[in-house]
Amino acid sequence: MTQLVYLVPLFPLIGFLLNGLFWKSMPKKLAGIIGSTAILASFAVSLGIFFEVKNGAAAGQGIVHLFDFITVGNFKIPFAFMVDQLSAMFLLIITGIGFLIHLYSTSYMHDDEGFTKYFAYLNLFVFFMLLLVLGANYVVMFIGWEGVGLASYLLIGFWYKNQEYTNASKKAFVMNRIGDLGFLVGMMLTVYHFGTLSYNDFFAQLQGGIGAQTQNGYMIGTGMTNAIAICFFIGAMGKSAQIPLYTWLPDAMAGPTPVSALIHAATMVTAGIYMIARSNALFNLAPMAQNIIAIIGLATVLLAASIALKQNDIKKVLAYSTVSQLGYMFLALGVGAYVGSLFHVMTHAFFKALLFLGSGSVIHAMSGEQDMRKMGGLGKHMPITKFTFLIGCLAISGFPFFSGFFSKDEILAAAYAKNPMFYYLGLLGAMMTTYYMFRAYFYTFTGNFRGTEAQHHHLHESPAAMTIPLVILAILSLVGGLVGLPEVFSHHHLLNEYLSPVVQNFDIHHLDHTMELTLMGIASAIVLIMIYVARVITRKEQFGEAKGLAKVLENKWYIDELYDFVIVRPLAWKSRILNNIVEQKGIDGGVNGLGQLVQWGSTRLKNLQSGQVGSYLFAMVIGIIIIFAIGIFGLLYM
Amino acid sequence: MPIQSYLFLSFSLFAIGVMGVLMRRNAIVIFMCIELMLNAVNLLLVAFSKVHADPGAQVFVFFIMVVAAAEVAVGLAIIVMMFRKVNSVDINILNRLKN
Repeated sequence: MTQLVYLVPLFPLIGFLLNGLFWKSMPKKLAGIIGSTAILASFAVSLGIFFEVKNGAAAGQGIVHLFDFITVGNFKIPFAFMVDQLSAMFLLIITGIGFLIHLYSTSYMHDDEGFTKYFAYLNLFVFFMLLLVLGANYVVMFIGWEGVGLASYLLIGFWYKNQEYTNASKKAFVMNRIGDLGFLVGMMLTVYHFGTLSYNDFFAQLQGGIGAQTQNGYMIGTGMTNAIAICFFIGAMGKSAQIPLYTWLPDAMAGPTPVSALIHAATMVTAGIYMIARSNALFNLAPMAQNIIAIIGLATVLLAASIALKQNDIKKVLAYSTVSQLGYMFLALGVGAYVGSLFHVMTHAFFKALLFLGSGSVIHAMSGEQDMRKMGGLGKHMPITKFTFLIGCLAISGFPFFSGFFSKDEILAAAYAKNPMFYYLGLLGAMMTTYYMFRAYFYTFTGNFRGTEAQHHHLHESPAAMTIPLVILAILSLVGGLVGLPEVFSHHHLLNEYLSPVVQNFDIHHLDHTMELTLMGIASAIVLIMIYVARVITRKEQFGEAKGLAKVLENKWYIDELYDFVIVRPLAWKSRILNNIVEQKGIDGGVNGLGQLVQWGSTRLKNLQSGQVGSYLFAMVIGIIIIFAIGIFGLLYM
Repeated sequence: MPIQSYLFLSFSLFAIGVMGVLMRRNAIVIFMCIELMLNAVNLLLVAFSKVHADPGAQVFVFFIMVVAAAEVAVGLAIIVMMFRKVNSVDINILNRLKN
């Protein structure tokens, strides 16, 4: 089955081609079926691969070579897939959740006239994401990396007739690109120093540790490893929305809600984490980079959570929540808890997709309304959505024994072991998370309905195609934590054991059991307290004009305005100068001037042709005399 | 007879021919002057053939005569056509090639 891994990205590619080429004539039902079954088929193959890998394949063995992509002298970059525990895990997440979201979309988007195009784009996205996680070298990963950026652009600006939405998609793409520059520079540094871009070669050379020799004759030093690691992290910053390249993600909510669920919660934004986890051999040798990652991750957690406290659009709350949770994952990577981070990737994919799909269900019922101030009391009309959304909120807050509890606590415990300050700040973030999530829950599903009469009439539970994914994801959010039970509960941390050939995890034996239990207890108590606080505050249902700190939070700390002032405006000014002066006067002037010169010259020369035969004859005679003279003088001097 | 007399005659004939081509207005007269130039060259060739005792030059003279005849035929045909158009052989009127 491992040899058939090329089928996994092939099915979505075929789905994209079918839906994309025949979008005019494709009936809607067929488009949905093609899109969804492509992913389902990929999921089936991924399951097969997972079980094969689980039963023992050593790290670096499962390379499936497709063809030689680039060959320059001795330097070879093959187009090859690597099948190991890490990529198998991501395959399952991507295809599994991808399938549920395709199913959900068949119902959510059924009114839309761009239905077929939508499924084509979704399949394209899944294809590139699969390439990203399956690559056996950084080049194939980069192909997938760029491709998901493209698919994200296409899908965010899906309703392209709206100028604001297309601005948001451009913003996302440009910010991604800035990060990609970092990734490319990192790749080039790697080639220069290590002479290879394929994982096995690169990691094998790194096994020598600091002071060893690379293939190209350089000595591995922390300066080199830190530089490469930081460059890679810049790439991850752009893709996974960390400070300072995070502002595109809340704007990306302009896209359809299932897109937000798939791309900006469960898959694309986790690409940065996958990249760093995959390169853990490098990052383990770059302590300065790890510190930077942890600090930026933590800062992102707090910044995004603080903004989410005051958002009124339900999707924006979830967007900032995603940025914040991604910060947790990077915090974990920064302290060396790779498995903890990947565990959180998995559980986050479950409950964030659940929350987004739930919000989509709510928006659908509210006929497109996204402002929570106009909602309220929806629980009566949409029990399944309410119940699954509640499960999602409990999971993300880290309520005991839900999946989020185990993954978040693992991260916080590792943070504590590294530096207690990280733990306290992380805990502050968890408090804010609980508060804003339950604020969203209570505003939406409890209390009195605050919308219009027309909306009230339309309120209904969503059809099965939308609620079944919700239920499945809710179950996963509940039990997903069982693969990562900490030491205190079980001797088998299943995920850690599964990933151990690929990823060296933070040594969790550092903390003794009582400490861990204390940390867990504190976290659980905090969750309960914040739920209560949220209930008390939302019961009042006061929506006044925000003042002071609240106003700053609601306006996202004015960071977008700052970027606009500091970066966008000077760039626009420079562009205007270049356009008006250099382009129009300089270059156009030059080219047009040349044309005009030729025209002037020809006007003057025109007068030679007088039509008078006499002057023609005269010219002929003069010419003959000249030739004759030259001939004579030539003969004389030759 | 010394060769210089032949040369002198040939050069004068040629020069008269050139001046005629440049100065006359009548197209037919211009043609006659061209013939004059060709004949001057013929004379020169024959004279030098006798001096160098090389009959090849005289053969070349025959060639030149043939070419001259053909050229006259074509040229006069063109003039006849132009005459039909503008009813004159004055070259100042034959300026259709203007611009």
